[in-house]
Amino acid sequence: MVLKKPIIGVLALQGAVEPHRPHLEAAGGEFRIVKTAEQIREADAYILPGGESTTMLKLIETFGLWDVLAQNFKEKPVWGICAGAILIAETVKNPEQKSFKLLPLTVERNAYGRQLDSHHANIKGYEVSFIRAPIIKDAGPGVEVLAEHQGTPVWLQSGKVMVTTFHPELTMTYPSPMHAAFVDQARQSL
Amino acid sequence: MSKISQNNAGNIVNIKTGLAEMLKGGVIMDVVTPDQAKVAEDAGAVAVMALERVPSDIRKAGGVARMSPPELVQAIMETVSIPVMAKCRIGHFAEAQVLEAIGVDYIDESEVLTPADEDYHINKHDFKVPFVCGAKNLGEALRRIGEGAALMRTKGEPGTGNIVEAVRHLRQINQDIKRITRLDDQELMTEAKNLGAPFELVKLVKEQGRLPVPNFAAGGIATPADAALCMQLGAETVFVGSGIFKSESPAKFAQAIVKATAHYNDPKIVLEASKGLGEAMRGTDISEIEETMRMANRGW
Repeated sequence: MVLKKPIIGVLALQGAVEPHRPHLEAAGGEFRIVKTAEQIREADAYILPGGESTTMLKLIETFGLWDVLAQNFKEKPVWGICAGAILIAETVKNPEQKSFKLLPLTVERNAYGRQLDSHHANIKGYEVSFIRAPIIKDAGPGVEVLAEHQGTPVWLQSGKVMVTTFHPELTMTYPSPMHAAFVDQARQSL
Repeated sequence: MSKISQNNAGNIVNIKTGLAEMLKGGVIMDVVTPDQAKVAEDAGAVAVMALERVPSDIRKAGGVARMSPPELVQAIMETVSIPVMAKCRIGHFAEAQVLEAIGVDYIDESEVLTPADEDYHINKHDFKVPFVCGAKNLGEALRRIGEGAALMRTKGEPGTGNIVEAVRHLRQINQDIKRITRLDDQELMTEAKNLGAPFELVKLVKEQGRLPVPNFAAGGIATPADAALCMQLGAETVFVGSGIFKSESPAKFAQAIVKATAHYNDPKIVLEASKGLGEAMRGTDISEIEETMRMANRGW
C-alpha cells in the first residue's frame, strides 16, 4: 500500500525555512514553502518556523493572511517552533503581542536572555538548539508536556497542535524525533 | 546547511550561525536612536544595527569613525525585543570585547568604521558573541569564515544609496563558487592558493556548492526593488543602512522594503511596495568617490 505523503507547509514569510526540508522528507512528508492564501489552503499541516515573531506578525497582517491561517489552524495539525510557539500561545509577555491563541500557554519572549545565552541541549536523546528562545511560564490543563529543560516545558502537545521552544531543524541527523512525530500526526489527520 | 557551521559533535549548526538562520528572509536596519529602532521594529525589521551615525553621515563627517557609545547601544537594546547588532572597527578586538560585555547579539567587524589594524582582522573564534563580516569575493569571505565569522555579507559601497557594488560582490561570489564546483580535486590546492583562502573551506565550497555560512547583502540598498534584486541574486537577507532613515518617509520605506524582501520573486508585490513612498535617499555615483575613499577597499 502506498501512503499519501502529507504536505507540510512551512510558513515562509521570514525565518529558518529550508532546514526543515531534509527532516520532513526523511520523515515521509512533503516539504512545501507557503507564503500565499492559496498555498496555505493546499497544505495538510503547518510549521510556523523560527525567526522573529514581530516580523512574522507584521507580514501576516500586511498580506492579509490572518483569517486564512486561523481557519486552517482549526482543522489541520500545526507546529510552532520558537517564534512560531509565540505566535500560537494564548498569552505573550515581554512584550505583550497578538497571537493565534491555539493553546492555553503563557510564553515569555527571550526569557533565557540574549544571544550570549543561546545554547545547545539534549532533548529526549537528540541534540537541539535554543536560540534567543522563549520560556513557557504556564501551560493550561489538557496540554501534554513531552519534554522539559531546566525545569520548564519545552516540547508540548494538545490535540493537533505541537509546540517546541527549541530548534531541532538545525541538527543534521534526519529526521529529528519532533519532525517524525509531527509528520506521523499529519499523516493520521489526512 | 554546511559543516563549518557545525559544533564539534559535527552534526548540529553552530549556535552562532543558528541565529543567522533565524534572520533569513528579513531586513536588518541601521538605526541611530531608540526611536528609530522602534520604527524599524514596528516596520518588521528582523534586527537592528545600533550606530552613532549612518554610513552616509560617516562619509560626510570625515575623521575617525569608531564603535558607538555603549549608552546608545544599551538604550536601543532596552527599546526593542528583536536582536541588536553593533559595529566595531576592523581588527579592534578591544572594541569587540566591550560590545560582547554589553551583550549585543551580533558584532559587525565593519569597513564602515575606520580600520584599527591594516594587517589583521579579529580572531573571532575567541568570542562567544557571533560576528558578521563583509566580503567582495569568495577568497575574502573564506578568510573571514576561517577567522570565525558566523555570517557573511557583501561590502557594497555603504552610504551611497547605490546598489552597483553590492551587485558586483554578490555576482563575484556566485561566480567564484560556480568555478570551484567545476574543479577536480587535483586543482583545489592551487585554487586555494590563488584565492588566498583556507584549503579545507575551499573543499567544503566544492562539496556543497555554496558558502559555508549564510550570505546577506549590504551596502547601497535604497529601494524595495534593490532588496528584491539582491535576494534574487542569492542574498538570504538584506541590511539597509542609510536607505531608510535618509529617505523622505522612513517608516514607509522600512515597511516597503520588508514587504518586498518577503516576496522578492513576486514582481506584483514588489510593485505594490514601491508605490507612494516619496523620495528615496539621494544617491552617489561610485565614480564620484575616489578609490582611496571607498569603504569596500578597507580590510583584505
